[in-house]
Amino acid sequence: MANDRDHNVGSALLTTSGLSVYYDQFQAVREVDFSIDAGEIVALIGANGAGKSSFLKALVGQVDRIEGGIEFSGRSLTSMSTPAISAAGIALVPEGRRLFPSLTVDENLRIGLSIGRRGLITLDQVYQWFPSIASRRGQLARNLSGGEQQMVALGRALLTNPRLLLCDEISLGLAPVVVGQLYEFLPSLRSSGMGLLIVEQDVRRSLAMTDRFYCLLEGAVRFSGHSKETDRETIMQHYFGV
Amino acid sequence: MTIMAFELLNQIIQGALIGGLYVLFAIGLSLSLGVMRFVNIAHGDLIVLASFILMSFSAVLGLSPFIAAAVLMPVAFLAFYVLQRLLLQRLVGTNLLGVILVTFGLAIVIQNGLLQTYGPDTRKLSGGALELKSISIGGGLSIGLYPLLVFATAVVVIFALDRFLYRTSIGSRIRAVADDPAAANLIGLPSAKIYGIAMGVVGLTVMSAACCMSVWTNFDPEIGPSRLLIAFEVVVLGGLGSLWGTLVGGIIIGVAQNLGAQVDAAWQILAQHLVFLVILFLRPQGLFSRGSRT
Repeated sequence: MANDRDHNVGSALLTTSGLSVYYDQFQAVREVDFSIDAGEIVALIGANGAGKSSFLKALVGQVDRIEGGIEFSGRSLTSMSTPAISAAGIALVPEGRRLFPSLTVDENLRIGLSIGRRGLITLDQVYQWFPSIASRRGQLARNLSGGEQQMVALGRALLTNPRLLLCDEISLGLAPVVVGQLYEFLPSLRSSGMGLLIVEQDVRRSLAMTDRFYCLLEGAVRFSGHSKETDRETIMQHYFGV
Repeated sequence: MTIMAFELLNQIIQGALIGGLYVLFAIGLSLSLGVMRFVNIAHGDLIVLASFILMSFSAVLGLSPFIAAAVLMPVAFLAFYVLQRLLLQRLVGTNLLGVILVTFGLAIVIQNGLLQTYGPDTRKLSGGALELKSISIGGGLSIGLYPLLVFATAVVVIFALDRFLYRTSIGSRIRAVADDPAAANLIGLPSAKIYGIAMGVVGLTVMSAACCMSVWTNFDPEIGPSRLLIAFEVVVLGGLGSLWGTLVGGIIIGVAQNLGAQVDAAWQILAQHLVFLVILFLRPQGLFSRGSRT
């Protein structure tokens, strides 16, 4: 999935510089400098209300107002619409899955196919990755279990053939065995050069599966670094602002 | 066959055929109300507006109303697309009251605009020789060719719309946006454009309803609300979101009207409403509801 616009080695897939997000008077994200490379997995860690979801939504153009810059492989995203950002190659797996309940599994997945880029990931490929939803492709999304719904939500995002995948709390409310499956699967995507930004409540899991992390507290980055060089206890200190 | 049974059967058949016209009134509302969850109070007036435009257009160019309607189809699509994008889209995601007030206002603007332009006279378009032909179906019963064609049109429109909504990519995108507009925006569906296309399709059904109505019955600038009422009852009776339910709803309303009129002319509309209320009481979700929606 190489793209000739970002072939120079080491250049980041996406960077934000001094990114702030506002809802009316409320500032949800404060001057965040962030970067992620192609093929890299990055964790965004923080308590509820720390601004993680707002940061992800800002990247796909779904917040009221931002300040600062977002650059995605050389293009500024700050004034692009969400459909244009999807077409450029950023996909969000939203918190709470947000499937279309009255559409079938197949229809939900094809929505992804219709909004993104053409690429290597096909419907058959997604069904191969998640056999348990392949057998339920004709059923309405609302009749699936939480784990199956999450697979459809992930599949829908992957079918846009993203170069950057944003996963917002995909383990929420799922059985541990399903969470294990999903997090075992995600790192396999990096070989294609896809960047993954993961928001996850479980700090230990976040560190175990990522290359780098950013710790958000009250909308600002408090702590960041390489995931292997820190541990849960150090992070927790920053979590609580100690 | 006794005379009474004969007359009863005849009225049921004629009622079912006029039901085809009611289905055409209702089908656009079935899409906007049943699928897009959008209460369009101006639906009946938009049909009347389309009828007047059709009348002027066919008069100026000397075309039959059927040809004129076919030519105007792309215009209707575009006009409804623009109506959605410029006006109605602003109401998506707001409360129901705003939608009702704005479309109610639109209805008043259309009615008064038509009164100003065309005056209060009753009009009817001529379908030519087609209107007078009838077909014998045995047992001394005969049905008009034109009502039969309208009924067939209604069935074809329902079939086509059902295929469009449930078998095409744009159809599933319309249902996705209707399901959860916020989620659609979040994952990058261009929901405003998709709503516009859906409304454009409503425009196509409104033009076909206008064509069939203006040749079948009289119309004037103020009959919109009564068309709306019929359309509402047909859609709700059939079940929100069910297009085939709309077909059955139209037939039931047509038959109820005709049988009511047999009792007494004043009973025509009363019977329609009574049947509607009784069925709604027995099946509040309508006859063919597509299951509960979250």
